[in-house]
Amino acid sequence: MEPSKLDTILEGRQSRPDQLIEVLQDMQTQFHYLPEDGLRIVAEKLGVPPIEVIRVANFYKAFSLTPRGRHLLTICMGTACHVRGAQKLLDTVAGHFNISPGETTPDRAFTLERVNCLGCCALGPVAVLDGVYYDHITPGKLLTVINSVCRKDKKGKKKHA
Amino acid sequence: MHRVEGPEQLTSLSRVLQEKRQEQPVTVVVSSGTCGQAKGSLAVVDAFRRELDRQGLANKVTLRVTGCHGFCEQEPLAIVEPENIFYCRLRSHDVPKIVSETLLKGKILDELLYTDPISGKKVIHEAEIPFYRAQDRVLLSQNKLLDPCKIEDYIAIGGYTALAKVLTSMKPEEVIAEIKASGLRGRGGGGFPTARKWETCRRASATPKFIICNADEGDPGAFMNRSVLEGNPHSVLEGMIIGAYAIGAEHGFIYVRTEYPLAVEHARIALEQAREYGLLGKNILGSGFSFDMRLVRGAGAFVSGESTALMAALEGKLGEPRPKDVHTVEKGYGNLPSNLNNVETLSDVPLIINNGSAWFRAKGTAKSPGTKIFALTGKVKNTGLVEVALDTRLKTIIYDIGGGAIDGKEIKAVQVGGPSGGCIPAELFNLPVDFEALTEAGAMIGSGGMVVMDENTCMVDVARYFLEFLQDESCGKCVPCRLGIDRMLEIVTDITMGRATEKQLSLLEELGETITLSSLCGLGKTAPNPVLTTLRYFRLEYEAHIREQRCPAGVCRALIHYAIDPEKCTGCQVCLRSCPHGAITGERKKPHTINDEICSKCGICKEECKFDAVIVK
Repeated sequence: MEPSKLDTILEGRQSRPDQLIEVLQDMQTQFHYLPEDGLRIVAEKLGVPPIEVIRVANFYKAFSLTPRGRHLLTICMGTACHVRGAQKLLDTVAGHFNISPGETTPDRAFTLERVNCLGCCALGPVAVLDGVYYDHITPGKLLTVINSVCRKDKKGKKKHA
Repeated sequence: MHRVEGPEQLTSLSRVLQEKRQEQPVTVVVSSGTCGQAKGSLAVVDAFRRELDRQGLANKVTLRVTGCHGFCEQEPLAIVEPENIFYCRLRSHDVPKIVSETLLKGKILDELLYTDPISGKKVIHEAEIPFYRAQDRVLLSQNKLLDPCKIEDYIAIGGYTALAKVLTSMKPEEVIAEIKASGLRGRGGGGFPTARKWETCRRASATPKFIICNADEGDPGAFMNRSVLEGNPHSVLEGMIIGAYAIGAEHGFIYVRTEYPLAVEHARIALEQAREYGLLGKNILGSGFSFDMRLVRGAGAFVSGESTALMAALEGKLGEPRPKDVHTVEKGYGNLPSNLNNVETLSDVPLIINNGSAWFRAKGTAKSPGTKIFALTGKVKNTGLVEVALDTRLKTIIYDIGGGAIDGKEIKAVQVGGPSGGCIPAELFNLPVDFEALTEAGAMIGSGGMVVMDENTCMVDVARYFLEFLQDESCGKCVPCRLGIDRMLEIVTDITMGRATEKQLSLLEELGETITLSSLCGLGKTAPNPVLTTLRYFRLEYEAHIREQRCPAGVCRALIHYAIDPEKCTGCQVCLRSCPHGAITGERKKPHTINDEICSKCGICKEECKFDAVIVK
C-alpha cells in the first residue's frame, strides 16, 4: 500500500467518523482490498475505534480484508440467475479453481466472488470477469472464457521473458 | 454559467431546447443501460458515431444514448426517429447498413426488425410489439427521450416544471394534500402512504430535517430502481426536491448500492448539473427555498435497505436495524427527523404534480392507485421491465407481456417480491397485482421482482435458495432471525437431500410463524414467506422429496443422476472432453457412460451434447 494514496483518500475527511464507509469504499477501489496498516491509519484519522473499523469492514460485502487476484470473477446469485442455473455455474468454477467463493487461487490469478444480485436479471445467468459482463452464460462457456484468459496471461509472461 | 433564476427562465429554456430538438428531428436512440452495455451496446454506439461521421451525417442526425428501455431480452436496440423504427439485437456490424439504407435512403431493414413470436410477422414500431402494447409506461417511457447525462434533455421534455409549479404556486401543505389525494403508496416494499410519511416528518418538531432516497435495491430479481436512477436521474432529484420542500428539509441523501456503478455515476453527474442550473443549492429557482443533497454509496448489505439500518449506514456505522418504537420520520439520521422514500416513489411525484392527483388515481385500484414497474424475469419469453397499472392481472403480465413459457414448458408459479415475498401458483394468475391482493395470497409487491418458474424449477430448492440468501444477509442482531433462519435452512436442506422426515414439515411451519412474530425488523419478519407460501401451494413437492426421495423438477442434486441414453449416443466424445471431472468414459463411436461416483452433476455434458443423449433421472 502506498501511504500517499491513502492520504489523498483521507483529504478533507479527518475527524469525520461519518465518512468511514466512504473512505473504505475508496480504499477498496484503490488497493482492491483493505490493508491492515491502512485501517489503523483510518481509525486514527477519522477518530473511530479500530474495533469499529474492523466491524464495519467485516459487515459489508464490498470490502475484502485479503488481497485479491489479478482477475476478479463474480457470479451473480440473484433469483432469476438461480432459476436459470447459477448454482451449477458457481460450483463448476469453484471446482475448477479448487477454491470457495470469496477466495483467491494460490497463484493470485483469480478471485472468485458471489454477489446476491447485479440487477441484470433479464440476462441471467450472469458472470462478470474483470468488468466484462457475460450474459446467458453456461458452465461450459464460462470455462472456455476462463481458459482463454489464462492463455493470454501465459503469452504475456512469455513476451516479458 | 447556466443558472436558471426563475420559473419563467425555465419555461423559456425548455422552449429553446425543444425547438432545437425539432430542428433536427432525425435521431438515432440507442439504449445503453447496464443490461444494454452487458449485451454490447457501447460497441453499437461507437459504430454509430463512426459511421455517421464517415457517411457525412454527423451534423444532420442526432445520436442519443439513453438508459434502459426495459426490453432487456432484445438489447442492444436502437430506435430511428421520427419514424420510430425499432431495430433490435444489434451488433456493431449492422450499423453501417442502418446508416446507409435507413438514414440515407429511408429503407427499413427487415432483418433487424423484431419478429412477433406468435404471428411470426415483422414489427416496425415499438408500440406494436406485444411486450410494450399491454403496458402503461408513464415512468419508463421517459427513458428513451433523454440522455441521462444531459440535464438539457430532461428540461426539454418538461423536466423541473413540477418543481417550478410547487415553488411558485403551492404551499408545502398543499403539496402534501395533492400527494395524499393521489393515494401514492411507497414503491419500495410495504406500500406505506407517501403523504402520511411526509406529513409526520413535517410535523416533527426537531430541525434540521432530512429527505433520503433509498436506492439500495438489494432484492435479487429487482432492477427497476437501477433503471430509473440510471436512465432518468433528474426525475428522482426533482421528486426529492419537491419532497424536501413539502416536509421542510434542507439536506438530503441518495443512498445507492455500489453494485450499480452506472447508477452511481449518472446520479453524480445529475447532482452536479442540477447544482449548476440552480435547481439544487441556495435559493432554488429564485424562490428563497434552499436544499442540497449528497450521494452515498451502500457497501453491499441487504439489511441496510431497512430504514433504521440505512440511517445508521449513512452515519458511517454498521448498517444494523434498531427497534422501531420511535420512527425515523421523527428520529432518524443523526437522531433528527428523516423521511425515506424509494426511487420509483420519488420519480412518480413530479408526474402527479404536473398531471394532478385525479390523473394518477384514474389508474389502478382505489387502494392501490397508479402504475408500478415490475422486473419480469426467469422462465418466460420476454424478460425486462414492465410498467402496468396496479389492477393488471398476473396472467396479463406473464402471458400477454411476457409471452408465456420458454420451449413449450408449463409455467407453474411466479415468485413476487423477492426474499420477503412468496410464490404464487398458476391457478391464482387471475389475481390483480395490487398491494392487498398479493399480500392476501401470502406474497407481497415488495420491490416488484417477478421471477417466473416452470416445471423444471424445484419449489423446495427455491425455498432453500431464499433461506440461504437471508441467512447470508441477516445481520444477526436478533435471535429469531439469526438462529431461526439457520434452523429453517437446515430442515429445508435436509428435504432437498432426501433425508428429512414428515414431522419436520410441521416444525418448519411452526418455526416460520415464530420468526415472523418475533423478529426485530422487516427482513426477519418476512423471511419465512418463501417457505410458507411454497408449503401452502406446493406441499406435494415437499412430500415427494421426503416420502419418495424424488425431486419432481429434477433439480436437487442429491436426488438426481445423470446418465447417457445408449440409443441416442453417437460416441462423438464431445461430452467426454468437456467433463471437467473426467467422469465420462467410452470409446469413439460407441455409447459412453457416466461414472455416478465421480459425476458432480454440473450438467456441462447435457449442455454440450448435440444429440440429447444425456438424461437426468
